[in-house]
Amino acid sequence: MKMKSNTVILHTAALFIMPLQLMFSIFLLLRGHDEPGGGFIAGLVAASAFVLYAFSFGAESTRKLLRVAPRDLLAAGLLFGLASTIPSLLSGQPALTAHWWEVPLPGDGYLKLSTPLIFDIGVYLAVLGTIMIFVVGLMESDE
Amino acid sequence: MSSAVVYPILLPLLAGALSLALWRSVRWQRTLGVVFNAALLWASIWLLQEVMEHGFVTMEMGSWPAPFSIVLVADVLAAIMVVLTGIIGLAIAIYSLVSTPRGHEKFGYYPLMHLLLAGVAGSFLTGDIFNLFVWFEVMLLASFALLTLGGERAQMEGAIKYVTLNLFSSAIFLTAVGLLYGMVGTLNMADIAQKVAQVEDPGMLTVVAMLFMVSFGIKAAAFPLFFWLPASYHTPQVAVSALFAGLLTKVGVYALFRMFTLIFTQDVDYTHTILLWAASLTMLTGVLGAAAQFEFRRILSFHIISQIGYMMLGLALYTPLALIGGVFYIMHHIIVKTNLFLVSGITYRLLGSYELKDLGGVYKHKPWLAILFLIPALSLAGIPPLSGFFAKFIVIRAGIEAEAYVVTGIALLVGLLTLYSMIKIWAEVFWKKLPEHVTNTARLEGRIKDKHNWAFYVPVVGLAVCTLIIGLNGQPIYELAEKAATQLLNPQLYIDAVLGGQQP
Repeated sequence: MKMKSNTVILHTAALFIMPLQLMFSIFLLLRGHDEPGGGFIAGLVAASAFVLYAFSFGAESTRKLLRVAPRDLLAAGLLFGLASTIPSLLSGQPALTAHWWEVPLPGDGYLKLSTPLIFDIGVYLAVLGTIMIFVVGLMESDE
Repeated sequence: MSSAVVYPILLPLLAGALSLALWRSVRWQRTLGVVFNAALLWASIWLLQEVMEHGFVTMEMGSWPAPFSIVLVADVLAAIMVVLTGIIGLAIAIYSLVSTPRGHEKFGYYPLMHLLLAGVAGSFLTGDIFNLFVWFEVMLLASFALLTLGGERAQMEGAIKYVTLNLFSSAIFLTAVGLLYGMVGTLNMADIAQKVAQVEDPGMLTVVAMLFMVSFGIKAAAFPLFFWLPASYHTPQVAVSALFAGLLTKVGVYALFRMFTLIFTQDVDYTHTILLWAASLTMLTGVLGAAAQFEFRRILSFHIISQIGYMMLGLALYTPLALIGGVFYIMHHIIVKTNLFLVSGITYRLLGSYELKDLGGVYKHKPWLAILFLIPALSLAGIPPLSGFFAKFIVIRAGIEAEAYVVTGIALLVGLLTLYSMIKIWAEVFWKKLPEHVTNTARLEGRIKDKHNWAFYVPVVGLAVCTLIIGLNGQPIYELAEKAATQLLNPQLYIDAVLGGQQP
């Protein structure tokens, strides 16, 4: 149980910082299509949030917080990545050709969805899953 | 454009992701392993048909035009290699059903196997040199994990050598890619091929060519940097050994074929002469190393090295016939070598050892198994009418026509020594009496019957049939190799297929 620290400062700070990090990671994920950001860096930021939580509350409670096994996150990420090739292959285009859909919203706005976004979500989950496998695995082998 | 070229990569990736998602159910992972590898074989045969029809099948990923996108390119050679990947993948998937220990299956054997196959197929199909590096890494990463699965002492020892030398090779590869990019400003192989002629400093280009040769030489286990292979290939469980033996080094050989026919042909006298000597020494050291070994899989590992020499010889002579021989040799070798490893796994199952001194008497109890060993073994040594005879015959004939008598002499000598090694295994494992000190003979004598033994024999028989078909019905295979060689000798065809014939 070495890796679990008991300082009040870390506990309190982690609980404050973690939601911010997670929100920031979603922001990076969505912003990444044309501007700096994207699935990889967003996944890293999300992973750092969970790692911070793991440092202050231990591996066991991090597993509980994640609800799904990190390995399943990785698998889901890979499947998302592969799923993003389906629209292009179905329409007979080269694999990974971008498809865009505009979903009208109430009011004047519309939501822009695309296969690169699906791919980015896949990368996000895969990066998060991989890092959590490493970190939680290492912490548990230490305990 | 046809989507056939992308499925051999997508299918194993999908299978890997699904096996990962079904981590808890080994039963499902096994089913997926067989189903998806059968699908891979089907997809690869489809690709070969498409390639035979159109000459080249290309796909620009994401619809970005070449040379800016990553292009997948299948010419005849690449399609042949992918078909072989499919055959080996299916054989290994079936064999794994019974040979893989439960513990390995639970710790990700199947996802890693699919990832490895995706890496191999990707390496064959990509037309982008940096993408080739990425696929190499995918393949190596999976192979590192497969090699150490189980975590025995000998495995770790072998893995350290394997990982160190392969990472070294990757570092050289990356350096070479960087230097090449600095000179021609593109990563698309077809684009590089048409721009290398305009490079101002041909000397530097030769330096880069040599960097590529060293890097791929290490991965192909060519002389002098082969020693990672016999140090590691006999350590993992046998299905992994067989998979590695069939495919991994051949990816290095394929990359050599690609680079030294498409891109680095400006100083053939220099580069291909070095290849020629490397090939001869590879053949010789490999076979001599095998002669000194007395462990089933170690003997076979050293023979991989000597066989790599023959394939490189085909490339190094650089005549149409020699290239046909090289391609033919690759086809023959992948099937035969995997099969020999699979047979070694069956004898291990029967007697619990790979050491020749602890084996014996298999012919007496299992004559059919002995025949199944003889087919690939004699084929490897080049006895007519099996596949190895024609492969060796074409290469050696090309050597004589090119008047490279010394090298041809070495190739003949190596053939003879290969026969010696195979006879040694035959005599020790199959022919001699069972040694007195071997007591666990219940399986051999048939007193213990295992339920699912068919899965051991189906792949072995299947691969033996492939060997026989290549040997007895050599003409279509020869024509296939001829088509591949024709394309290799006319890089302009490749360039036109990728860049659409127009100059950028």
